[in-house]
Formats: sequence, structure tokens, C-alpha cells
Amino acid sequence: MQSQVEVKHGDQEVKHAQFSEFVSFTVAGQAFCLKITQIREIRRWSPVTILPHAPSDVLGVMNLRGAVIPIYDLSARFGLHQTEASERNVVIVVAVGGKPVGLLAESVSEIISINPDDIQDTPPVDSRYTMEYIQGIISHDETMVRIINLDAVISVPEQVMM
Amino acid sequence: MKTKVLAIDDSRTIRNLLAATLEEAGFEYHCAVDGREGVDMYPDVAPDVVITDINMPNLDGFGVIEELRGEGINSKVPILVLTTESAAEMKARARNAGATGWITKPFDDASLIFALKRVTGAAA
Amino acid sequence: MSGSIQDTFFEECEELLEATDEGLTAIEGGNHDPEVVNAVFRAVHSIKGGAGAFGLDELVAFAHRFETVFDEVRANRLELEQKLVQLLLRSSDHLCDLVATARDGGETDEAHHNMLIAALDEYIPEEEEDLTFEPMGLGGGGFAPAAIDLPTAPTEETYRIRFHPMKEMYGTGNEPFFLFQALKELGDLEIKLDDTELPGFDAIDVAESYLAWDLVLTTTEPRDKVEAVFEFVEGLCELSIEGDGDAEADAAALAALEAAFGAAPSVEDGEAAPAPFEQPAPAQAPEAESAPAAAPVADAAPAPKADTAKSEQRGGPKPTLRVELERVDRLINAVGELIINHSMLAQQIANLDVADMRDVETELEGFKNLARDIQEGVMSIRAQPVKPLFQRMARIVREASSATGKTCKLVTEGENTEVDKTVIERLSDPLTHILRNAVDHGIEKPEDRESGGKNKVGEIRLSASHRSGSVCIEIKDDGAGVNRPRVKQIAIDKGLIPENAELTDSEIDNLLFLPGFSTAKEVSNLSGRGVGMDVVKNAVTGLGGRINITSTPGKGSTFTIILPLTLAVMDGMVVSVADQTMVVPITSIVETMRGSDDMINNLGADGTLLSIRGNFVPICDVAGALGLEKKDDQPPGVYLLVETETGQRSALAVDDIHDQRQVVIKSLDGVCGEIAGVAAATILGDGKIAMILDPESIIAASPSAAAFDTERRMNNAVAS
Repeated sequence: MQSQVEVKHGDQEVKHAQFSEFVSFTVAGQAFCLKITQIREIRRWSPVTILPHAPSDVLGVMNLRGAVIPIYDLSARFGLHQTEASERNVVIVVAVGGKPVGLLAESVSEIISINPDDIQDTPPVDSRYTMEYIQGIISHDETMVRIINLDAVISVPEQVMM
Repeated sequence: MKTKVLAIDDSRTIRNLLAATLEEAGFEYHCAVDGREGVDMYPDVAPDVVITDINMPNLDGFGVIEELRGEGINSKVPILVLTTESAAEMKARARNAGATGWITKPFDDASLIFALKRVTGAAA
Repeated sequence: MSGSIQDTFFEECEELLEATDEGLTAIEGGNHDPEVVNAVFRAVHSIKGGAGAFGLDELVAFAHRFETVFDEVRANRLELEQKLVQLLLRSSDHLCDLVATARDGGETDEAHHNMLIAALDEYIPEEEEDLTFEPMGLGGGGFAPAAIDLPTAPTEETYRIRFHPMKEMYGTGNEPFFLFQALKELGDLEIKLDDTELPGFDAIDVAESYLAWDLVLTTTEPRDKVEAVFEFVEGLCELSIEGDGDAEADAAALAALEAAFGAAPSVEDGEAAPAPFEQPAPAQAPEAESAPAAAPVADAAPAPKADTAKSEQRGGPKPTLRVELERVDRLINAVGELIINHSMLAQQIANLDVADMRDVETELEGFKNLARDIQEGVMSIRAQPVKPLFQRMARIVREASSATGKTCKLVTEGENTEVDKTVIERLSDPLTHILRNAVDHGIEKPEDRESGGKNKVGEIRLSASHRSGSVCIEIKDDGAGVNRPRVKQIAIDKGLIPENAELTDSEIDNLLFLPGFSTAKEVSNLSGRGVGMDVVKNAVTGLGGRINITSTPGKGSTFTIILPLTLAVMDGMVVSVADQTMVVPITSIVETMRGSDDMINNLGADGTLLSIRGNFVPICDVAGALGLEKKDDQPPGVYLLVETETGQRSALAVDDIHDQRQVVIKSLDGVCGEIAGVAAATILGDGKIAMILDPESIIAASPSAAAFDTERRMNNAVAS
């Protein structure tokens, strides 16, 4: 099966060879990655403003050059433990539905080049979250890197809060 | 499949002229005698393109554009405005209202077909 | 042209001439109703339109003058005095003659014809006079390009076309694909998509336009035919069309410049300077002028240029500039920040240990005034008259009237009142609902009105006005007014108020805004669409406004909506709550006070009351209402006395208050869903985000205030 990434990016994919660049990072000790084109910027963590009545995986909101953007704790989102955010952590800014959203991760590792053919389907595991949020896995330097399905993790922002 | 045109004009002469040209060129032609009727007919006819006059009783051409664009009936249908006013501000007004293009009256067959081609791709 | 069509044209002319005559007779009789004027205008206009199609130039020219005079009347620039009406009647007769001559042949009385034209011209404003009707029009599509025989042998030309639609183009129903198809018919076309601006899939904003195309067209058709393809999208895209000849011509022009000035920028590979991608089509005009060789076929000046020249020449309406809303909003944000920046600066200067501050303060004051001026200027860009909104409402009333079998007319006032664009957009639904409601429940049936001594036709007055920094929208009907006994009974039946509640008239009227309230016994097919007036109220408060109803039995009801002038900034009190900095809108604060233990009284299990000069007001703990944990157990230090819509007072307990300042409102739409107690967010001077609180919903969420509210109603305590 071709990965979904391939299908979505259509035109660009066809033009630029086969390899795509991904940014890998760690969340709760596990390796994840996002396609480099999905990432707008990576920032160092700084304390956020709490959103009242927000679920535990919504850390709050942050000022990104005059825009108010929500920050999610990826670890809590994946059903792992809640992150005690500190200066060492990073916020990965992505755009979902055209709106910027911040994702808290432990640290960013590196940029890796992936051949879409090397992407393996997520093996069936007994976790709904895993199956939804991980769209495939790859092996890189003998570690397993999980490719995040951004749309599933952060569906429409509104829905997350309701 | 024929390209469906809904023409809205209160002048019978203009309707006749449009009908003659369009039917000969292989379009499916529907018409309404004023803006209100045009908007009411729109869902049933489901045209590929709308041609509308500006000065009409009941609902004028701007009203037609506003309603077709506004109420989510079909925000994308090409709408060509028939106008004798060749002035730029009339075109600007029509475009601000959401018109796709314009046909200057009086029109000849070639310019009418050319206008339709540019907004529907119809190879008529 | 088929003869039968021309026959129908003359038949139609008979009808149109009849209509013209009928209208003019009515006008002569003193009926100057705009619809009568319009009907005549349209009839003459139709004669002109048809005549143009058959090349009846004399008829067209006369009808055009006639129509232009009527247009002046229609626009209220010309008064229908006796002399003019007589002239119009004679002109109508002459129009009849011209039609007859066109149909049956024969001669027109030229002296009479010219005399009437001269007389009509006197009523046409000078700048309009040169606007003689041009049968050929300016439709860049060319009137009959297909029929033109090229004066010279066609030479093949290659055009490099850069086409980058702006997002506005997609809102007009134009499709790049169809344009390319039309281009393809002119010759050989190569299409290359440029999607380098395309962000990742997930970053795509569907409303944005990321794609551009580079086209190479080889054709023997003249340049204006190539340009004509893009006529409809001109100004809606970045477009440059460069022919092979252009480069040569540009090079020649450059060489001439070089010769004239010595030094010149070098041009690589003999190519023309970079294409003006950033500029819309009209920018081609100078290029075309400086490069006459560009278009080998002698073509007329491109349509856009002619149009621009024309509108400038005639003066026309005030020139306008179309700007993306987003750019204006960025400017508004920036000015907002500037104002915040000013207050921070003022504060820091005040903290300095300087002996004489007067000079600095004067300058600071100047800075502040300038910033406010800029802000007002920028805000006014977003402001739009409520007229189109009000016009839509007339239709709502018509529809509602015919659905209910009532006769109502909508009278509008203050249509030119300008309100923020967003406010106008979001007012449409609530206004629609109120108006439907007014027709459905307010206005009585015609027979009831007559027997009640009222005009059979119900009147609903919709007005807009500015009132001291806010906008006031009023919807006033002359119907039956609120049926208070019934409203109260319904509220009791639905358990909204206790059975023994004694309410003031105004309190009963305001029951209409309670969620779950609907007065229609059976759901009528009009206003009873599952939404009540509570939805209206939410929409208005969502805009930072207030809504209010007053009613007189038998005389009618008035809904008053007060809205802020702008949604972008507001005055707020900066407070701290559970270690978070927050902002409370100044408009809802009656007074602030430092609390002491002896002011607090317990009521029941979890109710606390604050005693203020002998009055007891329920305390609402803001941190608790927002679900925030307080780090220490210290009692709140400051109380903000606030008043709700219904006049009920509460004391919001916060940890501390800081200062009062203007804040820029940042919507949380799209960031998160609705949060109880929070209206929006703002960015403070230190770059941190602060929540802007919504006192109403905080109070609603507070157990103490809610408990007290019920108690108050039960005991029929008098509202303060």
C-alpha cells in the first residue's frame, strides 16, 4: 500500500523524487515524526496561559506573533503520562485546517529522509488511540519511528474542546 | 451533455436573441422574465451558467447574484451580467457582487459564445 | 438575424411604449412613486437594448438620452417638475415615431428630433454628456473579433503568460481551467503549474490561493485576443503577458535609454527585465506604450485602460481601493499593540524617578492621541453602512407577512450608519429572527387591527444610530405588545420561574430571552423553528452587545440592541485570578472594592453574600467558576461589583486588580470551543495572553449567585 502522505501531497510528490523529509522527535521517551512540510516552526517551551475548563491534554494558549494558538500535550494526547513541561522541551508548530497549533514534545531529534516504500502499516495493537494517531511506522537507525497522523491527533480544533 | 444556460431578462427581444443564438450553438436554454423568477427557477433548472440582466423588476441583477452566491444554493455557478453600461464601475460593481463576467449589449453571436466559453469551458 | 425576432422586438416595443406612456401619465398626474419612475426607466432601457441588437442607431441614441434623464430622476438628482414632465411626454411620443420609422421605413422629422435631443441634453449632467451610447461597447471580448479580417498576414507570436489568481477570483466563479481551454483555441498552449507556494496539505487554507501557472502560447492571433481571454479575471489575478516582440521592444527601449543616459542596468541574455508579477494587469499599459512593436497587429488600446480613462474622465463615484480584509486586520492589530505599547510606556515613565515630568507627559499625550487617530482611521476601513443588511430585512418582512396573512411594511432609518463588517455579518440572523417574531407574534391580523382602530398595515421600524461610542439598532413594531399574563404563565408552566413569583413588567418581558421559552402555542411555521429569543440574545452578547425589550400592551414592542462600535478593542480591568492574569470588561463593572472579612456573610451551605452599604450582593468566586485551583488559601482580596442584563448585581471575587487599559480583542474562535466564563483573549504588553472574562456567564456558573437569584425571585426582593 502506498502511504497516505503520498496520496495527499499529489503534485509535489510526483515532481520531487521519491524521498520525503521527516522531522523526528521524542514524546514520553518514544520516537515520532512528522513530515517536514507539515511543520511551520519549532520553538522552545515557555509557560502558556491556561484555558479554563480545558481537557488535560490541552496545556493552554500561546502568543505566536500576535496570534493566539492552542498548545497540546502530545504525550497526554497519546494516552501516555502528562508532560511536566520545562525549558528543555519544545513546541512544534503545525497547521491544522489552516490554523496554527502547537504540540509539546520532549525534544527534537533530527531530520530523516524516508522512502515512502519503507513505511510499514501500523501493526494492529489493542489501542484505539494508537491505531488512529499513528499512520505508519518506519525503522531508522534500528529504532522504531512512528509517523503521526496529524489530522487524527488534532481533528478540528473546535471538536477537541467540546 | 448539453451545457445548460439560465437566462434572466425582462426584455422579450433579448430573451429571443439569446435563445436563437444559444440553441443554434447547442446549448440547453432556459429563461426567466425577472430576477425573482430566475432565482426561484434556479434549483429546478440547475444551470451550468447564468446570464442575467441588471435592470429588471422584482429583483434586479445584483439581487440575483447576491441570492445565488449568498444562500449556499450554488456559490460557484458562473454568472454573466448583461449590461449596456460599458463603464468600468458597472463591471466592478457586478464583480464585487460576485459576477463571473459580463456581456456588453448589444452582443453578437461570437462574443456571447466566447464569454460562455471562458466561464464554462463549453465547446459549443 | 432572423426576421421573426425583429418582429417580436417591434411587438415588444408596442408594449414597452404603452408602459412608458402609462407611467408618464401617472407621473403627470402627480404620482412620483419610485416604482413608477423605475418602470418607465426599464421600458425605455429595454427598447434601447433591443434596438441596439438590430443596429437601429437613431433609436438607440434617442432612447439612451431619454433613459439617462430618467436615471437622473431615479437617483433623485432631478426633480420631476412640470416642464420636464412635458418634455418627457413629448419625447415618449417621438420614441413612438422612431420605432414606427424603424419598422415601416420613412423619414423622421429631423428638426424636431434635434430639438428634443438638445432639450434632453440640458437635463443630463455635463460629465454624462460625452457618454454617448456606444453600440460596440467596451467588452474586451471584442464585439466581433471573429469577423475581423486581419489587415496584414498573420505572423506567429509566442506569449509567455504568468497567471496567478488571487483568492478573490474563486469567489466570482471563474475557473482557471476554462480560461486555459479558451486560450488553447487560439493556438499551441503549454501549461505549467507552479505550486511552490503550496504549503503542506495540512496547512492548506481552502480560502487561500496558492497556485500559479506559467503558460506559453504560440498563436497567430493578435495580442488583444489573448488579453481578452483574461478580461473577466483582470484585477483578480496577477497577470503578465509577454510576447517575443516585447523583449525585443524592451531591449530597444533600454538601448535608447542607455544612449540617452549613458549607464544602464545590464540585461542578461537579451531578456526583458523581470516580469511585473506583483502588479495586476493594468500595469501593462505603460509597457504597451513604450513598446509599440509589441503587438504587430494594429490593435486598439486594451479595454482596461480605456475603462480607467473613462471613469477618471467622468469623475464617477469616489475612487476606491480593494484591499484584502486580512491586511486591514493586521493593521488593526498593529495599532492595537501600539496603544498597549503606549500604556506600558506611560506606566514605566511614571515609575521613573524624574523630577519634572511635564514635558514627557505632554509628548506622551500627543503619542496617545495620534495612536487613537490612527486607530479610528483604520477602524473606519472596516466599517460599512447597514443599508444592505436592512435591505435584506425588507424581504424577510415581506415573506413573513405573506406566510402569516398579515400586511406589514418595514420602515428603515439610519441606513447609512456604519458598523464593523463583522458585526453586520453576525447581525443578520438575530435581526431576521426578531423581525419574523415581530410579524408573527407582534403585529395583529389586519381585521383585528382595524377593529382596534389601527391602520390595517402593521408597521415595523428598523433603525440604526450611533450613540456615544456604541451602535444602537432598534426594532419597533406597532403591534399588540407582549402578552404579559400569557408569557408569565408559559414561564411558570415550563418551570422557568416559581409559580408564586411576582415580577415587574420589564422582568416579564425579559422572560422572552430565557432559554427554552417560546410563546407560540403550536410551533408556527415561521418563527417557531426550534430557536427562541435566547438564541438572539446569545448572538448579540457574542458580539459584546446587549439586547433589551420594552413593550406597551396594545401599542407594540421595541427591541433595542446596543453594540460596541468595534470588535477589535475594548477597555478592560486587568485582574489576577489564581496566578493568571485576566481582563474584565470595564463596561460591566459598577465599582471595585477591597474586601474585608466583616463584609462577608454566609448564606446556606455554599452561598456567600457581600454587604455593601447595607445591601447584600452574592459573591461569585471567579477562580472557582473557571475551574482553576488557587495555589494558596488566601481569601480573595478584591471584589468587582457587576450588573447583569436583568439589573441583578453580583460581586466577582478576584485576587487582585492591577490597572485599567485598552486591550486588543483576540477571538478564540477556531482556537478552542466556547469556554464558559471566557469571552475572548488578549495579548498583554509582556507578550502573554490573558483571558477576557464574560461576567454574565461566570455568574451563571457560580452556585452562590444562582442560589441567591432563585431566592430573590422567590422572596420577591426588589431588584436594585
